[in-house]
Amino acid sequence: MRIPNDLILRTTTNLIAFILLAFSIYLFLAGHSSPGGGFVGGLMTSAAFVLMYMAYGFDTVRKIIPINFRLFIPIGLSIALLTGLGSFVFNQPFLSQTFAYFHLPVFGEKELATALLFDLGVYITVIGVTMTIILSIAEDRE
Amino acid sequence: MLLIVLLPLIFAFFIPFINKRKEKIHTGYFVLAIPLVIFIYFARHLGTDFEPITQHFAWIPSLHISFDFYLDGLSLLFVLLISGIGSLVTLYSIFYLDKSERLGHFYIYLLMFMSAMLGVVLSDNVFVLYTFWELTSISSFLLIGYWHFNERSRYGALKSMLITVIGGLSMLGGFILLSNITGTTSIQGILSESEMILNHSYLPLIMGLLILGAFTKSAQFPFHIWLPDAMEAPTPVSAYLHSATMVKAGIYLVARMSPLFHGYDWFFIVVGGIGILTLCWASFLAIKQTDLKGILAFSTISQLGMIMTMLGIGTEVAVFAAMFHILNHATFKGSLFMIAGIIDHETGTRDIRKLGGLMTLLPISATLAFFGTFSMAGVPLPFLNGFYSKELFFESTLHGSEYSASFAMFIQHILPWLAVFGSIFTFIYSMYFVFGVFRGKAKIEQLPKKPHEAPIGMLISPIVLIIGVIVIGLFPTIVNSPLLAHAAYAVSGVHEEHHIAYWHGLDAKFLMSLAVVGIGTVLFMTKKKWETLYQKLPTRWTFNRLYDQFVTKIEPFSATITKGYMTGSLRLYTQLIVVAMFIVSIFTLVTSDGFAFLTADPSEIKISELLVAVMMVVAAIGTIVARNNVAAILILGVVGYGLSILFVIYRAPDLALTQLVIETITVALFLLCFYHLPKMKPKQDTVRTKLLNAAISIGFGTLLTLVAISSHSSKWFPSISEYFIETSHTLGGGDNVVNVILVDMRGLDTLFEITVLGIAALGIYSLIKIRRNKEVD
Repeated sequence: MRIPNDLILRTTTNLIAFILLAFSIYLFLAGHSSPGGGFVGGLMTSAAFVLMYMAYGFDTVRKIIPINFRLFIPIGLSIALLTGLGSFVFNQPFLSQTFAYFHLPVFGEKELATALLFDLGVYITVIGVTMTIILSIAEDRE
Repeated sequence: MLLIVLLPLIFAFFIPFINKRKEKIHTGYFVLAIPLVIFIYFARHLGTDFEPITQHFAWIPSLHISFDFYLDGLSLLFVLLISGIGSLVTLYSIFYLDKSERLGHFYIYLLMFMSAMLGVVLSDNVFVLYTFWELTSISSFLLIGYWHFNERSRYGALKSMLITVIGGLSMLGGFILLSNITGTTSIQGILSESEMILNHSYLPLIMGLLILGAFTKSAQFPFHIWLPDAMEAPTPVSAYLHSATMVKAGIYLVARMSPLFHGYDWFFIVVGGIGILTLCWASFLAIKQTDLKGILAFSTISQLGMIMTMLGIGTEVAVFAAMFHILNHATFKGSLFMIAGIIDHETGTRDIRKLGGLMTLLPISATLAFFGTFSMAGVPLPFLNGFYSKELFFESTLHGSEYSASFAMFIQHILPWLAVFGSIFTFIYSMYFVFGVFRGKAKIEQLPKKPHEAPIGMLISPIVLIIGVIVIGLFPTIVNSPLLAHAAYAVSGVHEEHHIAYWHGLDAKFLMSLAVVGIGTVLFMTKKKWETLYQKLPTRWTFNRLYDQFVTKIEPFSATITKGYMTGSLRLYTQLIVVAMFIVSIFTLVTSDGFAFLTADPSEIKISELLVAVMMVVAAIGTIVARNNVAAILILGVVGYGLSILFVIYRAPDLALTQLVIETITVALFLLCFYHLPKMKPKQDTVRTKLLNAAISIGFGTLLTLVAISSHSSKWFPSISEYFIETSHTLGGGDNVVNVILVDMRGLDTLFEITVLGIAALGIYSLIKIRRNKEVD
C-alpha cells in the first residue's frame, strides 16, 4: 500500500504518541489512588500504537516496534495468575494482596502494593487484546 | 428357586459355543434338557398336600426390591405349563427349524423368554415381577421378528412391542401406587391389605392401570390387534408364546390380583364385560380369516376372553373353571398350532382356501386336529377336556354374584346369552378349521409342495398334547386335587374340590352345550349363505386402522409441531424468549405482590441530567428509525457518549473513562464491519409484523422499567459499599475504591474478565487468519 504524504499528521503523531504513552503510564500507575488503572491505561497505550500505525503504515511501525502483540495476551494473563498464585507462598488465600511503604532513592517515601503487579497483568493483556483485534482486522486483505 | 428361574438365561450364554457345531447336532437337542429339568423340578410339588413355598434372595434391599419367590397353586399351574409346553415346543422346533436357520439366535431368545415367564409367575415382589414382565415383551419382540428380512415380521414385532410395553408401563404405575399405599412391595403383603385398597380413593385408578397391563398382554378387546400380526413368528413361537404362555401372563396378573378387588363391582364390569366382548368379537372374526394361524390367533383371543370372563365373575365355580380352562386351552391350542405348522411345512401354504382333502395324505395330523378342534369347540363327548371347562363356564355365567349396581346386573343377565353366542361361533370356526383343511376336494396341483405326512419327531409334541386332552377328558379328576384345587384356592381363597363329571343330568348348562352344537352345525352347513355378512363390516373404523393411523401420523404430527416453532428464524426465537420472560416476570410480580413504588427518597433531578437523558432518548429513537446502517451506528454512538456523560455526572470517573474509550472502539469496529458488508436491502415488513414487534418491545421495556422501580423501592438490607469505602485505604492501600475492588477485593472477577478478553482476541484472530479453502470441503 502506498502511503500518502501526510506531513502534518506524522509530525503531530511524533508528539502526541509520546504524550499518550506517558499519559497511559500515568493512568496505570496512579490507578490505585486516582481514576485510572490497568484497563484504561492499556486502552490508552494501544491508542498510541494505533495512532502510529495510522500515520506511518504497518511495515514501518513493525520495523520500529518489532513486537508481536499476540504474545502480550498469555504474558499478561500469566502475570495476573502468578500474582494470585504467589499468595500461596506466604500461606495466604488465592489472590490476597498486600502493600507496604518503602523509602525509594528518588521518589522518597512511597507506597508499593502487590495489587500493582496484578494490574500490570491486566494492562499487558488489554494491550495485547486490543492490538490483536485491530491489527487482525486491519491487515485482512481478502 | 432363583437358580431354576435363571437357569435358561444362564444356559443362553453357552448357546453360541454349542451352536458352532449345529451342522452335526441340532442345537435344540441341548436346549431340550433345560425345560425338562425345570418341569421335573416343579412336578415334584404336585400333590394333594401341597403347601405354598416362599424363598428370598436379596437384590436391592434399600428399595425393598428382592427376588422373592412364592410358589403357590396358581404359580405351580403356570410353571408346569411353561416348562411342560416349553419342552414340547423345543422338541417340535428341532424338526421345524432347518439347520440353515440362525438357530443360536432362536434358542437364546426362547430361553430368555422362558426365564422371564418363570420369573413373572413366581415373583412375589411387584418390581421384580415387572422386570420379568418387560423381559417377556422384549423376548417376544425378538421372536416375532425372528425372520427380520420379512417386512410383515418387523411390522408385527413392532406392533406387539408398542402395545404390550404401553400396558407394561401402566402396570408399573399401578404397582407403584399399590406399594406406596400399602408400604410393601410384596404381592402377598399387598393382597393382605385388601381392605385398605378397597376403601382407598385411588382404587379405580389402580385397577384401571393393572387391568390395562393385563389386557394388552392377554390381547383383550381392543388391544387384541397385535396377536394376529404376531403370527408372522415361527410356528413353535406362536404355539408357545401366543397360545400357551405369554398371552396368559395377563390372565395370571388378573388372577393374582383378583383377591384384592373381590367384591368390587367395577372389577366384574370391566374384566367380565370386556372378557365376554372379546370372546364374542374374536370368535366372530375368526371365521373371516383365511390363514390357518390367523384363525388360531383369533381363536386364542376369544378363549382368553373366556378365561378373563370367568375371572371377572369370580365365584368359586368360575375361578375353578378358569384354572381348568387355562390348562385345557394350553393343551389343545398348543397342539393345533403345531398341526398348523406341520400343514404349512408339508404343503407350503397356510391359506385355507388352497387347502382341502388332506385327510388321507396326513392321517395322523388329521386325527390330532380332530381331537384338538372338537375339544376347542366344546363338543359334548366324554374324551374331550374342552367340553368340561366349557360346561363349567356356562355354569359360572348362570350363577354369578349378586351385584347392587344396575350396570353390573345388566351384564350379569346377558352373560349367558353372550356366552352361548360366542360358543356357537367358536364351534363354527373349529369345524371350519378341521373340515376346511382335511375334508373336501384335494387341490394338490395348486400347492407349492407335494403333501405327505410329517416326520415322526415333529408329531411327537402334538401327540403328547392330544394324549393330554384325551386323558384329562376321560379322567378329569386326576388333575383336580393335585393341581387345580390349589390353583383355585390361591385365587378365590376357598378350598373347594370341584367335582368334574361328564353327566350332570339334563340341566341348563348341558342344554346350552347342546344348543351350541345344534345351532353351530346348522350355521356351519349354511355358512356360504351368510358369509357375505363379513363384507358388510366396516373397514374404515377398525382398531388396526386406528393403530396404523396413529403410528404413521404421529411422526408427521410431531414434526409439524416442531417445525411450527423451530423455523430457524432467529427473530422468532428472540420473540418467543422475550415474550416468555415477559409472561413469567409479570406472573411472578402479580402473584408475589412484587410491585412496590416508593417515592420517599428520590434525589433531585438536575437540568443537566435531564438534558443528557433527552439527548439519549432522541438518539435511541433515531437508531430505530434510521434508514441507513452507518447512520444508525453513529447515532447509537451518541447514546454511548451520553452514558459516559451520565457517569461523569454521577461521579464515576473510571466508568466514564472506560465507557468513552470502549464506545469509540466499538463504533469504529462497527463502521469497519459495515463498510465491508454488501448493501442491505431494507426489510419490507408488513404493518402487522411491525406492530407486533413494537408491542413486544414496548411491553418488555415497560416490564424492565417496572422491575427496576420495584427493586429500587424495596431495599431490604443496607448496602455493602460502606465497608468498601471505609476499608479501601486501610486494607487495600489505595484511595481509588473502584480500582481497589477490581484488583484487590474482587480480583478473581478481573482475572476471568481479562481471560475472556484474551479468548475473544484469539477467536477473532483465528476467525480471520485460518481459512479453509472452500473447494477442499
